[in-house]
Amino acid sequence: MTMKYKDNPQAVADLVRPAEVHRDLYIDDEVFALEMKHLFASTWVYVGHESQVPNAGDYFATDVAAQPILLARHTDGEVYVLHNRCPHKGTKIVIDRTGNTGKFFRCPYHAWSFRTNGKLLAIPLKKGYKDTGFEQSEAGQSGLPPVGAVKNYRGFIFVRMNQEGISFEEFFGGSLSSLDNMVDRSPVGKLEVAGPPLRYMHNCNWKMLVDNQTDTCHPMVAHESSAGTAVEIWESIEKDENTKTPMAMEVIAPFMSPYEFFEDMGIRTWPNGHGHTGVHHSIHSDYSAIPGYLEMMVEAYGEERAKAILGENRHNTVYFPNIMIKGPIQQLRVFIPLAANKTLVESYIFRLVDAPDMLLERTAMYNRLINAPTSIVGHDDLEMYERAQEGLHSQELEWVNVQRLYDADEDLDEEAVENGTTERQMRNQFHAWKKFVVASMEAEARDLTDA
Amino acid sequence: MTLPTRDDLIDFVYHEARVIDEGRFDEWLELWGSDSYYWMPLDYQQDNPKNMTSLMYEDAFLRKLRVERLNGLRTFSQKPKSRCSHVLNRPSIEAFDPKAGQFITRTAVHYVETRLDDQFLLAATVHHHFEMVEDELKIKLKRVDLLNCDAAFGNIQLFI
Ligand code: FES
Ligand SMILES: [Fe+2]
Repeated sequence: MTMKYKDNPQAVADLVRPAEVHRDLYIDDEVFALEMKHLFASTWVYVGHESQVPNAGDYFATDVAAQPILLARHTDGEVYVLHNRCPHKGTKIVIDRTGNTGKFFRCPYHAWSFRTNGKLLAIPLKKGYKDTGFEQSEAGQSGLPPVGAVKNYRGFIFVRMNQEGISFEEFFGGSLSSLDNMVDRSPVGKLEVAGPPLRYMHNCNWKMLVDNQTDTCHPMVAHESSAGTAVEIWESIEKDENTKTPMAMEVIAPFMSPYEFFEDMGIRTWPNGHGHTGVHHSIHSDYSAIPGYLEMMVEAYGEERAKAILGENRHNTVYFPNIMIKGPIQQLRVFIPLAANKTLVESYIFRLVDAPDMLLERTAMYNRLINAPTSIVGHDDLEMYERAQEGLHSQELEWVNVQRLYDADEDLDEEAVENGTTERQMRNQFHAWKKFVVASMEAEARDLTDA
Repeated sequence: MTLPTRDDLIDFVYHEARVIDEGRFDEWLELWGSDSYYWMPLDYQQDNPKNMTSLMYEDAFLRKLRVERLNGLRTFSQKPKSRCSHVLNRPSIEAFDPKAGQFITRTAVHYVETRLDDQFLLAATVHHHFEMVEDELKIKLKRVDLLNCDAAFGNIQLFI
């Protein structure tokens, strides 16, 4: 197969226009390989939460940039993020998703062992390597290599696979306020992952999911079948003044809100592809108060600050490239790219430490009603993604449109708040996509020329 | 008060599976007691449906929502519709205590669901907890433990 995009940053740059993107971003295997190498390796990607590895020796295994990675708690209390690959013959060191390895990792193939910070500890029958130059080999020097850089931000662990690149603070900038708000909702400023994540396989490109997070013109259409039916059933039920709206209705009914509701809620974008819906209000605004919670928050933060924390109702915050969080309900979804047409979605929920259990109950309900492979709202969405993934194979039309409320003067490197139905955040993501992919490809080309 | 026999419990479990396989979902909704739940845990041997995510934990309202949605004009994920087939092992009686009103069966199930060109198979252990409501046997809790509950799934759209 001839390579159309590899070593051709200009061809890649041409795939992203200000208000439309080429279908190859979604369906082309070569573009997929390039974005793993150049986008996912050069930006800050979410790996896991520190509460998944509370004790020394605990580990958690996942994939970043289509590479096997593990997160381990070392004896010094630090969390290390390492390549899950034995330097000897390549065997993955752990394959269960979570566990405790004790004091060291031991490769199951030939028993090379490694400290939980990745350093090589011992090799059986080591004399066999004497005078072979083994110390100079890759295997002899590497242990389980750490990723390029790690940042633990208030318990959330992000990595940059490349050694060099943009700093964490510069990459995320003001967008960290959404993570802050989610953590601040615990009276002690602490979150814990609650149970395993939902794992939902999508036969579509990962960017379809990311685009959808700020797509405010689809809920009342695509989810009419679920949210609309819920509203109909609820309206047909006889009620009196004592009838309480069930939690499930509070969760699902706002999906049927009219366009004006979504227009007014606002969308904010930050540089580097981050943004959120629900600036002024959101589908999470009208949940009933949980008894005792506000009092706990006032006790912990003082009245003004407590009200400011709980007054934020940000809906979906996209942390480019591939996670979304919902601060008001403590949910985090990771869109793990597996192939151009395959994405694993993992949906995690968090317990607000020292807050009432009822909050976690609502969060767990939200997760299963909206994001489970058994969820009717999930079915509505996946049906659209998979239809789009197939439809994009038409040769007749080449572009995917993201022009709603586009303005030729728009500056995506500036933070902005706009009408909640704008596709500015989608444009922002593609702008960042192009910026990071092309910069990394050009840097690689320079390195090759220098060498 | 009329009591169920052991055979009544077993017959009920087979009947329920058949009602689902034949798409008689309105009838299926009638098989449930008042404060009843359909629970599909997410975690292996999960003991609490509320403090962590489940795949499903559905009361009468949510079950009705599912059934009504299946027939909706704009339910695109059901155009065309899914079909399913249950193969049941003979249910065993795990509890039969008329005094305490406790009747529980355990059934090993192979479940096949299909839509368009896709078909998948799930294995599950299903526990039915029954109650008598006005002399009729009803489901109080149906717990469906998937053998591969920790796997990544595509859409599961009908009822196991
Ligand atoms: S492959 Fe790991 S020790 Fe040989
Ligand atoms: Fe949706």
